[in-house]
Amino acid sequence: MATAFQVESPRVLHAQRTFVQRLRGGDEVAYLTTLACAVAILVVVGLIVVELWMNSQPTVKTFGWNFLVTSTWDPNNDKFGALPFIYGTCVTSALALLIAIPLGVAAAVFLSEMAPPKLSNILTFLIELLAAVPSVIYGLLGIFILVPLIRDYLVPVLVKVFGFLPIFKGDFYGVSLLSAGLVLSVMVVPFIISVSREVLLAVPVEQREAALAVGATKWETTWQIVLPNASTGIIGSVFLALARALGETMAVTMVIGNTPKISGSLLSPGYSIAAVIANEFAEASGSLYISSLIFLGLVLFGLTIVINAVARILILTTQERGV
Amino acid sequence: MDLRVSSTRNITNAVMLSLSGVCTILVISVLFFILGYLLFHGISALNWNFFTQLPKPSGETGGGMANAIVGSGKILLLATCIGVPIGFLAGVYLAEYSGKVFAFTIRYVVDLLNGVPSIVIGIVAYALVVRPMKHYSALAGGVALGIMMIPIAVRTTEEFLRAVPNSLREGGVALGATRAKTIFTIVVPAAISGLVSGMMLNLARVAGETAPLLFTALGNMFWSRGWLQPIATLPVMIYNDAIAPEEDLHRQAWAAGFVLLFLVLAINVTARMIIARGPAGSRR
Repeated sequence: MATAFQVESPRVLHAQRTFVQRLRGGDEVAYLTTLACAVAILVVVGLIVVELWMNSQPTVKTFGWNFLVTSTWDPNNDKFGALPFIYGTCVTSALALLIAIPLGVAAAVFLSEMAPPKLSNILTFLIELLAAVPSVIYGLLGIFILVPLIRDYLVPVLVKVFGFLPIFKGDFYGVSLLSAGLVLSVMVVPFIISVSREVLLAVPVEQREAALAVGATKWETTWQIVLPNASTGIIGSVFLALARALGETMAVTMVIGNTPKISGSLLSPGYSIAAVIANEFAEASGSLYISSLIFLGLVLFGLTIVINAVARILILTTQERGV
Repeated sequence: MDLRVSSTRNITNAVMLSLSGVCTILVISVLFFILGYLLFHGISALNWNFFTQLPKPSGETGGGMANAIVGSGKILLLATCIGVPIGFLAGVYLAEYSGKVFAFTIRYVVDLLNGVPSIVIGIVAYALVVRPMKHYSALAGGVALGIMMIPIAVRTTEEFLRAVPNSLREGGVALGATRAKTIFTIVVPAAISGLVSGMMLNLARVAGETAPLLFTALGNMFWSRGWLQPIATLPVMIYNDAIAPEEDLHRQAWAAGFVLLFLVLAINVTARMIIARGPAGSRR
């Protein structure tokens, strides 16, 4: 070892000299700058966690876990409970997924299995444009177009057919959990489609050929061979959509009705975590009020981080297996 | 021949496959509904005053959103100055320098940052900028949108730099250029069309963001001087006008919605066409 080191030493010297040279030539500077930027991203994410945590401490100290399970939201008397918002967020997201999953997966099947590549690319392009529409535009259309449509056409039918169910009971004013869920479903469908399509395209062609060769129809091939193969990735895309739906703010705020109460009926107005932050943050007075809103932000952050983390892992594993 | 035996299977096949086509048409028709409604309501509400005048106080009709258009421009400029350099350089690091494990960590964190709801980013910008400075400002809005631009800037840069063939890097090094020189004078220029269009897409995405601006940039009925005052932006204007009771403000909201959507979609279409045609994109 010692001799080897001695032999190497002139080269080490050389390397040291070139380090200075490289520093002058900008090489190390460039390396360190880019590294610093990469680390800066970790710092930013760290800052998000720290800021949310620190600023929500007053609420954590005052209410503890009770904050998450009580349903009184009374800023005038400094009483804060997050349950109505958590409930509203969950119900609207669930409703959105209930509609978006079948629609999205079916469209992804069409785009990957049936449409000729050229048509598929054009349609996917259009669907990606749909994902690019700002959420406040969805809200605008939601208030002025969708809500009246739901009130005049959809709800009378729903009440007539399913009126005996508790989820369709009560008066309907237009803004409601149902409206928010519908708008959300339209907003998350593009995510399900574009990710599912890619996952489906990653399923090897041989598997389809094998199924077709033993006499399966195109549908049987898709349903029994291709979809099960891609299922992990499709579930990943659903998680991705779920994270979007949970965090979606503007469109929901504009159509959910912004009433902090828990109601079993989809026709009654509600409130979501993101909506209450958007609505009340700028006007919130009193440190406990602001800190409660920030704690809600922390809850939302935690939820979306976990769901996104799971989604990424699911999508990564499918795509790697597919290759 | 065999058709009768398997007729139910064939019918299921036909029905299910056409259903999937119907679902696709349904989703895409939503896009055309959105475009149609905004064209219909937006164009009729749009006039020259919209681009040149300030909003009128509530109760009066007319007025425009000149301050919000300039405000959006200012905030987006600020966001680009914050988000793009950090994202771009981090992307260069991922594509050109980094090892496997660290790169995976950064990439994963970037994806997570991309998934953080925009309203949460707004809270963080509030805590970092608004609270210490004690007032709402364009700066705070720019910081919020800047953070939101980072993830896509990173992923775009990495993706397009990776698409540059290695032979170009080898050629640069063989000519005696340092690694940094190779990257910034050969690799980056080779990927430039993809990089620029990726950043345009990124900008288009945050241009429509409303939630993080509500309590950072806040809004303003008048012109905002400098970077440290509350400032009006198009998306926040749309929101405020849409939930206001006055009919005339709804008209303004439609006009602003039309302008915003037109800008966002125009940038999207242009950028995606450049990417689809560009040399770096052809590998995908």
